Amino acid sequence: MNRKKLQKLTDTLTKNCKHFNKFEVKCLIQLFYNLVGDVTEWQGVVIGLDRNAFRNILHVTFGMTDDMIMDRVFRGFDKDNDGCVNVSEWIYGLSLFLRGTLEEKMKYCFEVFDLNGDGFISKEEMFHMLKNSLLKQPSEEDPDEGIKDLVEITLKKMDYDHDGKLSFSDYERSVREETLLLEAFGPCLPDPKSQMEFESQVFKDPNEFNDM
Amino acid sequence: MLSANRNPVAKILGMDYNTMKEDPSILNILDKITKEDDPESEVKMKMAMLLEELDLHLLNYSLKHASLEIHLNPVTIKKDIELLKHFSGQGEQTVLESIEYTSDYEFSNGCRAPPWRQLHGEICYVLVKPHDVETLCITCCAEGVFLNGGKTDDEGEINYERKGAIYKDLVTFLKHKSAKFSENMSKQTRLTEEQQKVKDQPKKAPKKKEADALHKSITSSNKSKLENNQINFGKNQMTKRLEPSVNWKTDVDFKVRRISVRDTQEKKHGGRPEKSTPPVSPGRAQLVHKNADKTEEIPSESSSESEEDEEPPDHRQEANADLPSEYWQIQKLVKYLKGGNQTATVIALCSMRDFNLAQETCQLAIRDVGGLEVLINLLDTDEVKCKIGSLKILKEISYNPQIRRNIVDLGGLPVMVNILDSPHKILKCLAAETIANVAKFRRARRVVRHHGGITKLVALLDCAQNSTEPAQASLYDERDVEVARCGALALWSCSKSYANKEAIRKAGGIPLLAQLLKTSHENMLIPVVGTLQECASEESYRAAIKAERIIENLVKNLNSENEQLQEHCAMAIYQCAEDEETRDLVRLHGGLKPLASLLNKTDNKERLAAVTGAIWKCSISKENVTKFREYRAIETLVGLLTDQPEEVLVNVVGALGECCQEYENRVLVRKCGGIQPLVNLLVGINQALLVNVTKAVGACAVEPESMVIIDRLDGVRLLWSLLKNPHPDVKASAAWALCPCIQNAKDAGEMVRSFVGGLELVVNLLKSDNKEVLASVCAVITNIAKDQENLAVITDHGVVPLLSKLANTNNDKLRQHLAEAISRCCMWGRNKVAFGEHKAVAPLVRYLKSNDTNVHRATAQALYQLSEDANNCITMHENGAVKLLLDMVGSPDQDLQEAAAGCISNIRRLALATEKARYP
Repeated sequence: MNRKKLQKLTDTLTKNCKHFNKFEVKCLIQLFYNLVGDVTEWQGVVIGLDRNAFRNILHVTFGMTDDMIMDRVFRGFDKDNDGCVNVSEWIYGLSLFLRGTLEEKMKYCFEVFDLNGDGFISKEEMFHMLKNSLLKQPSEEDPDEGIKDLVEITLKKMDYDHDGKLSFSDYERSVREETLLLEAFGPCLPDPKSQMEFESQVFKDPNEFNDM
Repeated sequence: MLSANRNPVAKILGMDYNTMKEDPSILNILDKITKEDDPESEVKMKMAMLLEELDLHLLNYSLKHASLEIHLNPVTIKKDIELLKHFSGQGEQTVLESIEYTSDYEFSNGCRAPPWRQLHGEICYVLVKPHDVETLCITCCAEGVFLNGGKTDDEGEINYERKGAIYKDLVTFLKHKSAKFSENMSKQTRLTEEQQKVKDQPKKAPKKKEADALHKSITSSNKSKLENNQINFGKNQMTKRLEPSVNWKTDVDFKVRRISVRDTQEKKHGGRPEKSTPPVSPGRAQLVHKNADKTEEIPSESSSESEEDEEPPDHRQEANADLPSEYWQIQKLVKYLKGGNQTATVIALCSMRDFNLAQETCQLAIRDVGGLEVLINLLDTDEVKCKIGSLKILKEISYNPQIRRNIVDLGGLPVMVNILDSPHKILKCLAAETIANVAKFRRARRVVRHHGGITKLVALLDCAQNSTEPAQASLYDERDVEVARCGALALWSCSKSYANKEAIRKAGGIPLLAQLLKTSHENMLIPVVGTLQECASEESYRAAIKAERIIENLVKNLNSENEQLQEHCAMAIYQCAEDEETRDLVRLHGGLKPLASLLNKTDNKERLAAVTGAIWKCSISKENVTKFREYRAIETLVGLLTDQPEEVLVNVVGALGECCQEYENRVLVRKCGGIQPLVNLLVGINQALLVNVTKAVGACAVEPESMVIIDRLDGVRLLWSLLKNPHPDVKASAAWALCPCIQNAKDAGEMVRSFVGGLELVVNLLKSDNKEVLASVCAVITNIAKDQENLAVITDHGVVPLLSKLANTNNDKLRQHLAEAISRCCMWGRNKVAFGEHKAVAPLVRYLKSNDTNVHRATAQALYQLSEDANNCITMHENGAVKLLLDMVGSPDQDLQEAAAGCISNIRRLALATEKARYP
């Protein structure tokens, strides 16, 4: 990509993104094209990270392991549902990942956890997300009993209106009371350590930063 | 069923039924029932038991009547005597001095009386020596107990004739004969009762025996066993029991209640009757614990290191006891903590936080299901969220002293200390807060220090200044001020150990604390001032506090609304005001007025103690006293002399002692009626209080008008008796106070003589090895010796050799008062010569080389007196006194001039006389 085009793209994306400065946007764009590889851009053909490539990044860079959650994160990034994350979705998603406010993160996490997108996290969804969270005890008669119990515990803690499922307001209220519950059903945000590593790696040219 | 329950009776009805095994009827019934093994057997069994119960009731009832007529038998008497022997011996507490049989030989029937006397129903003869009456020779026979003719000394024969009324048993008899016996008997009762209460987990078996023994000793033996059983059935119906001794009654009742409680308990937990220790009701034990640990809870308590280190015994919850439902829920959560991934762990941690973690049941439940280990392990992981969740729980439950110890035992502190380095502020905060809770006892504080925790905590204080924060504010982060606050909180806990105070100082904590002191957040100021106040016990800190201009801010915060903050500020000022410059600083920054006004708020005793302490130390400076008088603090102080706890009194009296060094204040104290309460306090036992009270009374006694009041209240006698106090500080302080009393009392000589043995007591105090005591006693002797008659008496008690022995001292204070005493004592008989003979003169001459003019004056006066004896003059001359004295003649001090000149003149006159004799 030529320099002029990059400059232009940076300017537009910076305008739309409130958490990154110009330098950071530029770094992230460069990273994006590095990741996508040497694909020449054709007219009309969207280039971007497909599901597998994106999942790979999540796994390697941000240490996520849960397949289902990673799929959901991909959907969270892929705003236009076209099966790949393009450069503006990339910038937008990372701005939330790295700099998002609690409100933004809550909204994002709730969307990730609401598997069928009906606006509620149901018991079944919870069970689905938590099913691998406990070590299976061979002695137990029903291996799912622990999970079911965990779901009940979670509901007891978070379901303020007692309707047997979590609405966004239930979720929001619980998280405001206890921030730890933001990622209640699985890690869908980078953990602080890998976040710091990522940032220090990507935004590492301070001279250019000063120029701006 | 039978094989599984070998002893069904005991299991159902309690241990006491074990003793009834020999009763065949019950067993027979039971055997029959249990062998049948049909479904109805249970009903039948119950039926049988009810019948049995009824039977026993009837039996007991009839026995109660029958026992009124029952005669004494050898067994009862023996038990009685043995029991009394236990409580006999020398000393005030025992019931008797001794109790003995007249004959060691016991016949096979249990009697000790010779066979021909047994015919008369006599069982044995006892020699009893109560505390207050002569030895009694007593006959115990079937009809009762009576006094006989006594044992004849020469042949050891007993005069068997009855000399008094017959009593129904030994205890009743002795009670009539000896008042001391009945008095101590009731004391013993109370004593044993207390001992019982002290035993936390009493063994059942011995206690029961004890109780049995008591029963048997009082009532007839066969009855007691039945009665013990009656307890199980009748519970509280047994009020109208035959009770020969009123005093024993409380004791017996008490034990009976315990037994019945225990038995009912055992019935409940019928599963394990063989267990020797009955389950102590957990509720009560916890209550006791809570009380015991209250002191530990308050971080401002005290700065001494020794207070808190007794480790409370662990009381684990007994398995299968009545466990609360929380226990099971917590157990389940801990299981998820152990076997869950990060997500499940966070959910379990959050859910655990919904329990009332301030409640001991929950705290102990977490520990007892192994939750502490898991929580501490979580701190070692990389998962920030798990660490946060775990610390949030640990922070809450570490309010419990037992949990604190468990955390330390499990190695939790080093991990938390490491977390202090974390980049996440919330982790730093939580770790510091948890350390603040855990480090309430010495061992924990040591661990924190050894793992470098103090340096890291001090580094937290620095946070507030570092405003170069990265722009990205992470989710779980707190404000910098909060980090500093938590650091200060942890340092406050840690600062109770001496070595930690040192470590804080070395880590550069003082300037940082001083910096934080400038903020206006109360929750920040309290731990900061708390730490400073703890540390101010060290000299190095006081210097630093002065240098860092901390006093100014302490004074400022005295005006805060927060009582705790006021208290700690006052406490810090109290510690620092030992230093004169600091006292001036307090005044210059206007700290005296808030202190004086806080004196009027007497509801919070801790704060009052701190405020009065600060006033005391500040009033060592005269300018401050003037200010206090202006603020009418002295009147208020006098008002605080009554109805206050000792900690407050010590400081109030100390402050008054300092204020009364000035005439105006002495008058003020007298006019406010302060002398009476002061004199009343002379009878206390608190050492610190006595030192201050004697000083204050002494200061008042300088005023003749006040002296009249002190004399009228018998204050001088009280002071004099404090010379017998074991603490040297009290002795010395009392002696100093006596000086103005003797000076200002009317008929002082007569007054002093009226204290029987008083003069001998004073003279003997010269044998003390405490310099301050010696100096003060010398001062008292100087005053006593002003009266010729008294001087004669103390001379007889050997004051001259004792004073002479002290002469070789380097202590200027002692030298001065010793020289004064010697100079006074020279006024009697041949004392001048005697001092010479006891070699007091040569050392005195050396006093003239001291740097203290007071010593010079006193010594010159003593030498002047001594120089009237020729031999003393020779000694002085030999020791080079003349040259030294000649210098002193030029002194601006007139008394010194005069005494020195007089002494030289005496020496010179002797020289002239010798010359005249030699060359007539």
